[in-house]
Amino acid sequence: MLSPALVIGASFGYLLLLFAVASYGDWRAAQGRSIIANPWTYALSWAVYCTAWTYFGSVGRAASGGVRFLPIYLGPTLAMVLGWLVLRKIIRIAKTYRITSIADFIGSRYGKSPLLAGLVTLIAVVGIVPYIALQLKAVSAGYSLLTASFLAELPTQAHWTQDSTFYMALALAGFTMVFGARHLDSGERHEGMVAAVAFESVVKLIAFLAVGLFVVYGLFNGLADLFSRVQAVPELARLLQLEQPGGFSWMQWFALTLLSMLSVIFLPRQFQVMVVENVRESHLRRAVWVFPLYLLAINLFVLPIALGGLLYFGVGQMNADNFVLSLPLAAGQPALALFAFIGGVSAATGMVIVETIAVSTMVCNEMVMPLLLRTAYFRPGAGRDVTTLLLGIRRAAILGVMVLGYVYFHLAGDAYALVSIGLISFAAVAQFAPAVLGGIYWKGGTRLGALAGLLAGFLMWTYTLMLPSIAKSGWLGVEFLNRGLGGWDLLRPEQFLGLHGMDNLTHSLFWSLLVNTGAYVGLSLWRPPSGRESSQALLFVDVLKSTNASSPVFWRGSANVADLLRLCERFLGVEKATALFQEYALQAGVRQIEAIRPDARLVQFVETQLAGAVGSASARVLVASSVEEDALTPDDVLRILDEASQLRVYSRELEEKSESLQQATADLRKANEQLKSLDKLKDDFMSSVTHELRTPLTSIRALAELLRDDPKLELTQRCKFFEIIVSETERLSRLVNQVLDMAKIESGHVEWHVAPVDMCALVRQAVVATTPMFHEQQIAVELNLPTQAPAVMADNDHLMQVMLNLLSNAAKFVPAVGGRVGVSLYCDDRSLVVAIQDNGPGVAVAQQSLIFERFRQGGDASNRPQGTGLGLPISRQIVEHFGGRLWLESGPLGGARFLFSLPLIEHAGFAEA
Amino acid sequence: MSNDVTSQRLVALFCLGWLLLNFPLLGLWDVRATVMGLPLFPVALFLLWAVLIAVLAWLMERRTHGPQDD
Repeated sequence: MLSPALVIGASFGYLLLLFAVASYGDWRAAQGRSIIANPWTYALSWAVYCTAWTYFGSVGRAASGGVRFLPIYLGPTLAMVLGWLVLRKIIRIAKTYRITSIADFIGSRYGKSPLLAGLVTLIAVVGIVPYIALQLKAVSAGYSLLTASFLAELPTQAHWTQDSTFYMALALAGFTMVFGARHLDSGERHEGMVAAVAFESVVKLIAFLAVGLFVVYGLFNGLADLFSRVQAVPELARLLQLEQPGGFSWMQWFALTLLSMLSVIFLPRQFQVMVVENVRESHLRRAVWVFPLYLLAINLFVLPIALGGLLYFGVGQMNADNFVLSLPLAAGQPALALFAFIGGVSAATGMVIVETIAVSTMVCNEMVMPLLLRTAYFRPGAGRDVTTLLLGIRRAAILGVMVLGYVYFHLAGDAYALVSIGLISFAAVAQFAPAVLGGIYWKGGTRLGALAGLLAGFLMWTYTLMLPSIAKSGWLGVEFLNRGLGGWDLLRPEQFLGLHGMDNLTHSLFWSLLVNTGAYVGLSLWRPPSGRESSQALLFVDVLKSTNASSPVFWRGSANVADLLRLCERFLGVEKATALFQEYALQAGVRQIEAIRPDARLVQFVETQLAGAVGSASARVLVASSVEEDALTPDDVLRILDEASQLRVYSRELEEKSESLQQATADLRKANEQLKSLDKLKDDFMSSVTHELRTPLTSIRALAELLRDDPKLELTQRCKFFEIIVSETERLSRLVNQVLDMAKIESGHVEWHVAPVDMCALVRQAVVATTPMFHEQQIAVELNLPTQAPAVMADNDHLMQVMLNLLSNAAKFVPAVGGRVGVSLYCDDRSLVVAIQDNGPGVAVAQQSLIFERFRQGGDASNRPQGTGLGLPISRQIVEHFGGRLWLESGPLGGARFLFSLPLIEHAGFAEA
Repeated sequence: MSNDVTSQRLVALFCLGWLLLNFPLLGLWDVRATVMGLPLFPVALFLLWAVLIAVLAWLMERRTHGPQDD
């Protein structure tokens, strides 16, 4: 056992540490270097889901039912799979409209109804306060266990003035007031509080894992040893199975999964940390998987600790809820026991702090404010600053909730109503599911439907779950449990309408959700929604579609800036209100606050800001009282929506037009570039042509002048000059012809005489025609033709031109001695290919694509043979005209190998010119 | 739209998880057997759970984060 002073000292020391962490968090936030603005802290703060009920209670449940406690954590995991879809939408809505609690969320969705928000608050208080009490009880029980000799009877509850739990509750209330109600605008997040909660999540995880490791490896020799010993005891071995004789039903497994799936989103504390305290939507991405991972980690050792405790103490000897503490204590590890206790304290305090903030915000905004707004103090015109009063109310609400929790704990003690409250609380908040989920996905849900659904579900929950638990605690006659209300057998709370075969939780969950959803849907469909309801429905359901600029503002009336500013000053403080208005003016593009246009958007802005401080329903009342507004009818909503969508359409059209303009500009620029490059090509062509024409002309002229000026020139010399003149003239006319050819082909003025052509004959004919030339240069020609080849559709003369061109090209490039030219022809199933091969120097890779351009010749300028540089481009044009291809390869003889292919008749697809 | 695909994958993963962790598929593991000295059913349950989280993490983190994230 440990001394009470030590345990109390350690606990309050831990609370001081929490104060320090929270202060550090707030200090960093004030400096703009937030420590919670990252997805890991965000995810850790979600682990406030794991309360003392998880920390101590899971082991207890595992000791009696094996893994049957797990759905409480599997459900949240499944919910998180959809978290990115559902939570993101809720977060976006809450951020856009400054919603600060789940009551505000539901109230705001259904026409900013104060009645609905009040009902949600009531359900939350009734469902959650006992849960807070349970946390205090867990801490108190742990304290008793640690300080008492563990085999002795636990001491009876102390008087509250001597009860350390009471002082702990007070300390927690103080903490919550300092870090949860410092500012008035709840839209601002509580950075310090979140930092502390994330810190607590780490502490409780480490503490629990430490105990788990100690049990598995300190008391036993690892998991395998532990489980093999368990297998040896039949009544423990059954805990490893799911289906045990008597007690398990898949329906309960299903119901627990569904229940925890809903509560992980709708518990006020979860809504607080997930939605209200969210810094950035993108953090959700990581948090949705880190949080389930945390749940998995904290549950890893639950079963081993439970089984270890049962083996160590013997079945039924010790309260399994306390195994986390009693095992280390019994094994002589008081320090570990104390650490485990601190872990339990952190689980309890984390939950109490966040839940208190959430519930007190609801109580303040949805219960107290609507009542206060009716008093003269809050009438418009009474110009007093009420910010201090509001903060006071918020703090009083925190203290009130905490004291209520303590009182419940003190009264209920070990009663069934307290012990079983965990799941009962879950079932209470699950009632929010139809109104919230319906509200964000279905535009047809109405205030009446939500009100009736929540009320019906809550009453059914009270009758089938809460009252029986109170009766079992002995505070109420059990008569109605067994015989039904007023002796009506059909009204027995745990077999409602005679439905039996379910455990009481599944039974209650089924009935309450059934009547809840039924009333919600049924009454929503019964009467059409009012203007305000349908406008809020549109804003909520379509929140992910609309951007700020194009979202419709559902308000009609007239306002003036000074009134609205004064209203803000009263509720937010002068400084803050002025800053907000200045910011708004800046966004609206005007210099001064007075110049702001008092339009619907300004009214909406003010209302949203006020909603952060006093809740949207109260904000609505306040704004309505300081402006003159017209009642919003469903027709108005439609008209405003129409205008907004018109605006959206216009802006989209504008966007499209500017896009297509940009496209057209780009196209034009491209065309211009093309034209420019064509123009340059033409210039190049002209200068090349004139250059090519000038060379022979120059030599002709020079020789002619020589002949004219020197009549005594020798005859042989004279003849030689004449020969040169003739050949240069021939070259000139060849060049002119080719330029004409080129121009004709390019402009499409060539006359093509297309007919079947026998390529074998054509090739042979071409070779024969060039034989004298080859003979003269002593070039060996190797002809390799099949006896027969399929015909192609082409123009005989033009193909001949191609052949002659390629052959004379080859002749130009072969070496002076030992020149060889090979001509071959072959077919595949689609086309016919002619290859002309020489053993010249070949074409360098860099030049292979250039030689098909006009006036580009292979080789260096020095050894370049005679030619116009137009032959290959013309040949290529001709071949391509017949649907073929002309290209260059490196051949086996080492030189260049020109090939051209022509499609066979059945594949010919060329255009008839 | 890649975002739309992610949504559909999440919904599919949810359905898969719900099926695997409920009657009757979960019942298939509920037999007396051990793996490496550990009872099959709890081991299978935790493994299914871990795999579900791993796939979820993969789906959520796969996309490269834009500059506005973090």
